Amino acid sequence: MADMEVMLSLSGVTKIFNAGTVNEKVAMNNLSLDVNKGDFITVIGGNGAGKSTLMNAVTGVFGIDEGKITLDGIDLTHMSENRRAKYFGRVFQDPMMGTVPNMEIQENLALAFRRGKSHGLKWGITAAEKRLYREQIARLGLGLEDRMSAKVGLLSGGQRQAITLLMSTLVRPKMLLLDEHTAALDPKTAEKVLALTDEIVGEDSLTTLMVTHNMRNAIDYGNRLIMMWDGKIILDISGEEKKKLTVEALLGAFSKASGSEFSNDRTLLS
Amino acid sequence: MIATITAGVSQGFIWAMLALGVYISFRLLDFADLSCEGSITLGASIAAMLIWKGMNPFLASLFAFLGGCIAGSVTGILATKLKIPPILAGILTMISLYSINIHIMSFATGTAGTANLQLLKYSKKTIFGIIRRLTGLDKTYAALIVGAVAAIAVIFILYWFFGTELGCTIRATGSNEKMCRAQGINTDTTKIIGLAISNGMIALSGSMICQNQNFSDVNMGVGAIVIGLASIIIGETIFMRAKNFALKLFGIVIGSVIYRVVVAVVIYSGMPSTDLKLMTAIIVMVALSLPMIKTYLFSKKRKHSKKMNTPEVQKNG
Ligand SMILES: Nc1ncnc2c1ncn2[C@@H]1O[C@H](COP(=O)(O)OP(=O)(O)OP(=O)(O)O)[C@@H](O)[C@H]1O
Ligand SMILES: [Mg+2]
Repeated sequence: MADMEVMLSLSGVTKIFNAGTVNEKVAMNNLSLDVNKGDFITVIGGNGAGKSTLMNAVTGVFGIDEGKITLDGIDLTHMSENRRAKYFGRVFQDPMMGTVPNMEIQENLALAFRRGKSHGLKWGITAAEKRLYREQIARLGLGLEDRMSAKVGLLSGGQRQAITLLMSTLVRPKMLLLDEHTAALDPKTAEKVLALTDEIVGEDSLTTLMVTHNMRNAIDYGNRLIMMWDGKIILDISGEEKKKLTVEALLGAFSKASGSEFSNDRTLLS
Repeated sequence: MIATITAGVSQGFIWAMLALGVYISFRLLDFADLSCEGSITLGASIAAMLIWKGMNPFLASLFAFLGGCIAGSVTGILATKLKIPPILAGILTMISLYSINIHIMSFATGTAGTANLQLLKYSKKTIFGIIRRLTGLDKTYAALIVGAVAAIAVIFILYWFFGTELGCTIRATGSNEKMCRAQGINTDTTKIIGLAISNGMIALSGSMICQNQNFSDVNMGVGAIVIGLASIIIGETIFMRAKNFALKLFGIVIGSVIYRVVVAVVIYSGMPSTDLKLMTAIIVMVALSLPMIKTYLFSKKRKHSKKMNTPEVQKNG
């Protein structure tokens, strides 16, 4: 099948923090994963399961100790973080993380528009761009299109996260990586940002990994769900099987696969 | 008195480039760069030595700028590529420059260990000397005009540069480094370039100071950071509402002018000039602690008003 082409492939990836010390932690343990083009995968797992480590290993925040990572046939294993950046749209958990507070909304979008490109001595933002950004920001329905030259630092967490999401897809990335990007928002705002996420991902059928601590969301969104525990993937459910999932079934599957209770203080069972 | 103030204003313009340079590292890059104390002397030493050797002063100033750029790059490389903590990286460059500056000045005189250079013999060959010859102005007014023109030119150049794609990435680096890397910006490079420009400006300031006072001294940089910060804080306080970047830069130049006028007046009124550094440090201490004092006062007020508002809040909730 043509649409089963692999986008991201991790094979035998191991990441050990503080190797050789008392704090040694195997955060990724011989982990393999193939993400198909167009997959929208939700990732769940308890605290310290290695979800963020997976994201960071893919985007090159740190190198890995063993294994290989390829994206659309490109070997990323030894590529630096800033050279990989052009392939990935990223949204972090912390709403403060994805935008530059001291810069204007439109300047932030201009940075995202140039993701992975070289930065020369041309003016940082053109008039045509400004119009484009205004249109894009208007899509958020937050009324920010009239505040394009306001400093992002003045905005609320939800507003900033919505902008970050827009920025991460302003130039179509090969993959969108969302690490608990709604966890720091109030429930209503989180719902909004999640709906926007679904819209953006669906529109472009973007290949997406979305870490969430909310089992309900993990079941409702995406076409595939993986569960992590202790640096490994212990559950991988997709298609019809995923549609039939319930939170209870998921919890049951977790204790069976890991031999322990699901522990994540922030997991909402609603 | 008028003469004192005019002299203060002209000094303010000449020292403004130091303040702008410190602004780039401290504010835009959020990098507490101590190498500036060495860079300012480096600029002075390079300009003094080259003018001594017969070079055109404009060209000598350009070399001073470039010298500062190299010094800044070294600090940047120490801090990024070698992961030395920023403060220490700056101190290492500053200390190295102490010896290097003596070497540069010794090169002019031919005597090892020359710790200062007198340029009086060459005073007609400095930028200020040339402008005086061309316009017939006296020393203070020549300094005023050269300083003002230079300050305005630098504001324009910085405004342009920090509006370019590259400039935007440097500003962004100082504000959110992690995000920059996610956007594919090499933050090592942006830091190094930012520090190079910052120290280049500071060295240029040193070159102008040296040409204006007709000497360069290995200790002239002591306290330069604090002077730069004092100017920035004064400027930012006065131009608090300035949103436009050019206006902010202009504010810093004005801050530098005000600082120098205050200094000139204080010295005129009899304070020994050796107490100047203490006075400057106290200005900066007070200015830096103002936000703390403000939050303290505000939090007291807020606690008070919260108490009064609680019933209403509950009603709304
Ligand atoms: N930079 C680091 N240095 C040392 N240890 C780390 C580092 N990053 C993560 N770890 C450790 O690796 C393990 C996995 O962490 P990770 O952040 O990937 O968990 P997570 O699944 O994202 O958890 P959470 O739900 O809490 O975000 C944890 O034990 C964590 O302490
Ligand atoms: Mg995490």
